[in-house]
Amino acid sequence: MSATATSNRLQEAVLEAAAYLYVWALKDIPQDLRDALADAAERETSVAGQRVLSTILKNVQVAEDESNLVCQDTGIAVYTCRVGEHFPLHPARIYEALRDGTARATLEHPLRSNAVHTITRENTGPNIGHRLPIVHWEFVPDWGGLDVKCVPKGSGSENMSFLKMCIPADGVKGIKQFVLESIVGAGGKPCPPGIVGVGIGGSADYAMYLAKEAIARPVGTRNPDPEVGKLEEELFTLLNETGIGPMGLGGDVTVLQCHVEHADTHMTLNPVAVNYQCWAARRASAHVAADGTIEFDREA
Amino acid sequence: MATHEVTFPVMDERAILELRAGDEVVVQGHIIGLRDRTQIRIFDQGVEPPMDLRGAFLLHTAPNVRKVGEGRYEKLCIGTTTSARMVRFTEPLGARYGVRAICGKGGFPDEAIEPMRRHGMVYFAIVGGAAALETTQIEEIEEVAWEELMPECLWKFRVRDFGPLTVGIDAHGTSLYHDVNEEAKKRLEGILARL
Ligand code: SF4
Repeated sequence: MSATATSNRLQEAVLEAAAYLYVWALKDIPQDLRDALADAAERETSVAGQRVLSTILKNVQVAEDESNLVCQDTGIAVYTCRVGEHFPLHPARIYEALRDGTARATLEHPLRSNAVHTITRENTGPNIGHRLPIVHWEFVPDWGGLDVKCVPKGSGSENMSFLKMCIPADGVKGIKQFVLESIVGAGGKPCPPGIVGVGIGGSADYAMYLAKEAIARPVGTRNPDPEVGKLEEELFTLLNETGIGPMGLGGDVTVLQCHVEHADTHMTLNPVAVNYQCWAARRASAHVAADGTIEFDREA
Repeated sequence: MATHEVTFPVMDERAILELRAGDEVVVQGHIIGLRDRTQIRIFDQGVEPPMDLRGAFLLHTAPNVRKVGEGRYEKLCIGTTTSARMVRFTEPLGARYGVRAICGKGGFPDEAIEPMRRHGMVYFAIVGGAAALETTQIEEIEEVAWEELMPECLWKFRVRDFGPLTVGIDAHGTSLYHDVNEEAKKRLEGILARL
């Protein structure tokens, strides 16, 4: 087969994967999240909080039984891609495939299209537009595959995003304080209990990027850096002490988890970014091999 | 905390006054869906709504529907949006139109407490994002007005066992959101002092 025929076929495979992932993510939430929600329902002692959590669990089941969307907000499509050095399709084409897959899923299902021009507010297409969908890239040496993860991000939780350029003297204490104040300020608006993503270090933009990476991790995975893992544990405990509770109605479970991602930074910088992911923390993944075989993955 | 079943529209104020913040409510009857642009048309552009809002239950929503005929729609996925953006309409909804209940997610800020007390209204908290379940509780889309605002039209839904909802703000001046927030701020002070 010619090189063009191979890459056309591969581009179609990535497109198909993206179209499937977007709908799958919206309908069928991953097991780790289901477990976290069930665990939360067991821990919660407030009456209103229990009512919310049991309704959420029932809703997840109804979505499955009726093959309906877990939440009506189809979000903006965000993908994270890990591209192997030897994967035979250029990222420019991978991006095209993700965009076309998003559009196909939106039109064929059909899904609500949320994409608008940021000034005119006119719809820009089937969940696509200028720089939409959003793709995070990572490049992996000595590998020939592609991992794609789709994270549809709802606006209720995305609106609860916060950035602070702490100063180095604020230290880790400043980081903790900002995260706690952000979540108390957000109250019931981001549909708690969800995943608090925190990005620290790097630069202003990169810290927020890391916070978004953090919410896309399976619930309860720990950052391999022991210092960062410790911060995750501590923030998780403290955030739940605030008493905001499910949907902000008061209770023991304010967050399902806190995930932190970090980057080294400038000696006079200490950025901290918070990105909230609601209880409908939808994500779905696929591995695409160099020959175009697709393997879908619930766990990643 | 009590559990109630209320059928809307509500013509007797007593049914609303019985509800206390924190109570559980399941709703029957008819509810009206609307969102930002619908209320902007009513209040900022001064257009009279072509549906009777007296005693009504308003739901903050922009539903996902399929058109099946002239002015007829079938539900696909109906969920609820964040209420806070629309709090400024509370006073005129109560004073001018006699609305009895507003339902959404995330709660209303404190400025809703006084109008709700004055006009005998309540705010119901629904579980945000639980759209699959909510859709099964909406039996039918009976009427739609202002289709040109799609999906932010005025919708009339017939519901069955809609909920469970939580009374977030009652007609007696109590707001769960206010209380939870005050308590959280107090706890936060304690946590920060320990850091
Ligand atoms: S914040 Fe999440 S759960 Fe809530 S409505 Fe938006 S997407 Fe759905």
